[in-house]
Amino acid sequence: MRIITYRQALNEALDEEMARDERVFLFGEDIAIYGGAYGVTAGLWQKYGDQRVIDTPISENAIVGTALGAALTGLRPVAEIMYIDFIGLCMDQLNNQVAKIRYMFGGKCTVPLVIRTEGGAGRTLGAHHSQSLEAWLIHIPGIKVVMPSTPYDAKGLLKTSIRDDNPVVFIEHKMLYNTKGPVPEEEYLIPIGVADVKKEGKDVTIVTYSRMVLFSLEAAEILEKEGISVEVIDLRTLVPMDIETVVKSVKKTNRVVIVEEDCKTGGVGAEIGMQIIENGFDYLDAPIVRVAGADVPMPKSPVLEKLAIPDVERICKAVRSILS
Amino acid sequence: MEITKELAVKLLKQMMEIRQFEDMIMELLAKNIAEGGSHLYAGMEAVAVGAISVINPDDYITSTHRGHGHAIAKDGDLKALMAEILGKKTGVCKGKGGSLHLADLSKGNLGANGIVGGGLGIATGAGLSIKLQKQKKVVLCFFGDGATNNGIFFECLNMASLWKLPVVYICENNKYAMSVSVERSHAVKDITKKALAFDIPAENVDGQDVLAVREVVGKWVNYAREGNGPSFVVANTYRYYGHSRSDPRVYRTREEEKFWRERDPIIIFSNKMKEQNILTEEEINAIEEEVKKEIEEAVEFAINSPYPEPEELYTDLYV
Repeated sequence: MRIITYRQALNEALDEEMARDERVFLFGEDIAIYGGAYGVTAGLWQKYGDQRVIDTPISENAIVGTALGAALTGLRPVAEIMYIDFIGLCMDQLNNQVAKIRYMFGGKCTVPLVIRTEGGAGRTLGAHHSQSLEAWLIHIPGIKVVMPSTPYDAKGLLKTSIRDDNPVVFIEHKMLYNTKGPVPEEEYLIPIGVADVKKEGKDVTIVTYSRMVLFSLEAAEILEKEGISVEVIDLRTLVPMDIETVVKSVKKTNRVVIVEEDCKTGGVGAEIGMQIIENGFDYLDAPIVRVAGADVPMPKSPVLEKLAIPDVERICKAVRSILS
Repeated sequence: MEITKELAVKLLKQMMEIRQFEDMIMELLAKNIAEGGSHLYAGMEAVAVGAISVINPDDYITSTHRGHGHAIAKDGDLKALMAEILGKKTGVCKGKGGSLHLADLSKGNLGANGIVGGGLGIATGAGLSIKLQKQKKVVLCFFGDGATNNGIFFECLNMASLWKLPVVYICENNKYAMSVSVERSHAVKDITKKALAFDIPAENVDGQDVLAVREVVGKWVNYAREGNGPSFVVANTYRYYGHSRSDPRVYRTREEEKFWRERDPIIIFSNKMKEQNILTEEEINAIEEEVKKEIEEAVEFAINSPYPEPEELYTDLYV
């Protein structure tokens, strides 16, 4: 199978869905001529023109609000919020309008809207361009939250998100754009809400998502050499969360380490952990352990930034500790 | 502007429907039959009725937290609206929206909104959608004076002007954002100037005169339909009741209220129709009686309707 980057995979997903359905259009800051801050929309403006790939003013609240208006009246917008850090600027539209409108209107409308954004640390960009704010989003009923870790998942899940009649926040990771992986030439879709067992194991289950999947797989490889068999589950989508696959794994391993890049307090890991307790407490032989982001604004210094998010060594340590 | 009898009846009847609907809700609130709050449109009827009377059934509107008037004027079903306000299963949003979220997409009503300025994004997006789909529709975006101090207002006006979107922005200036007057909260008192800053043509209109509203909004609707872009109308009006049920109206004088009550949109229009021999006193009274009956029927329907089933809690969230 051919190998392409995460960025290319996303670009192909957009291209294919735009070709397939003329109601799909792209909408956001610097996505047309510039091709997107991280190059995901490169070449699409040249191919589809001004009516399908629209550069917007720097108006995040109106980007999401107008995308909603378009979604309610016959189109299928894919809006881009350049950094998830900017989501505070559009949280009103996202939380109060996009997520709630179908329910408030008694199910008498659909909101086929995708909001693409990217998050995470790794480029020493400091506190306003490195956050992992997915926990804010999973707290809002009415939107789906997708966070792919591989090029294969990125493409298949973005295509599905665009075809979904519900609002989807699709969170990419800035450190994944250049990662490569196998992606078939032929079309495929990946259902939203299905976790992926990335590596089977029997001693400990690591539950993770997005970039931390890569770190966790590295850790699992190191631990394997020490005789520790780790199962790595990539949630792929946080809402809906495939807790069944997680509990099935816990049944087998009886131990769980959650690896998440977001701040630990009130983070996604807290939700994952609690759902495991609610659905599989009896299978647990040890307390659940979290390896999470530090509860600080992301510091600039490369040394401090590395300390602020999980790394392979800390994941290994957590797994060893839960077995000792 | 020439006005037919048929049109006169329609405009007067809709204004009376709104007035009586709102008076009835005030009564239901007082009797605790209606729970929660409601922001009433009484006094402002000429704005919604005049503006919406010049658009087509498949044109869109977005409404506000004071949205009953817009919903009725956009061909809303009185029974379904009343039931919605009481949280009943038969409501236009199945009892899940309430007063603040009256919507009927089948009639082009993209919804009232609980957030001040909340409809601006949706309206502007509907305008973008119309343009991208090369349709001939227009959007009327209603909001209050308070919303023009909100960030999304500026973001949306910029986009609409930049892309020449077919949206008529209608600012219902009823002088107060809850309790704070325009004088005390707007650096620029003539709100049209805010639109002019975005190169959007703007004008003031007497919001108590339904025919004046029709004329001005009608002109800008044609302008939008011909592809010339957005426009901005400030309809100067007044709400009779307080901001909401609990408002003691300490921020305004009874003299001011009296001044505006004397400029009642229904009376102004009724008198004009009598003077022009388009409607007689008897005909006007007959319309009022007819509306009274309709409102009574709507209330009866709403009160007798069941609440949603418990299992409805989790439906309609996702497709």
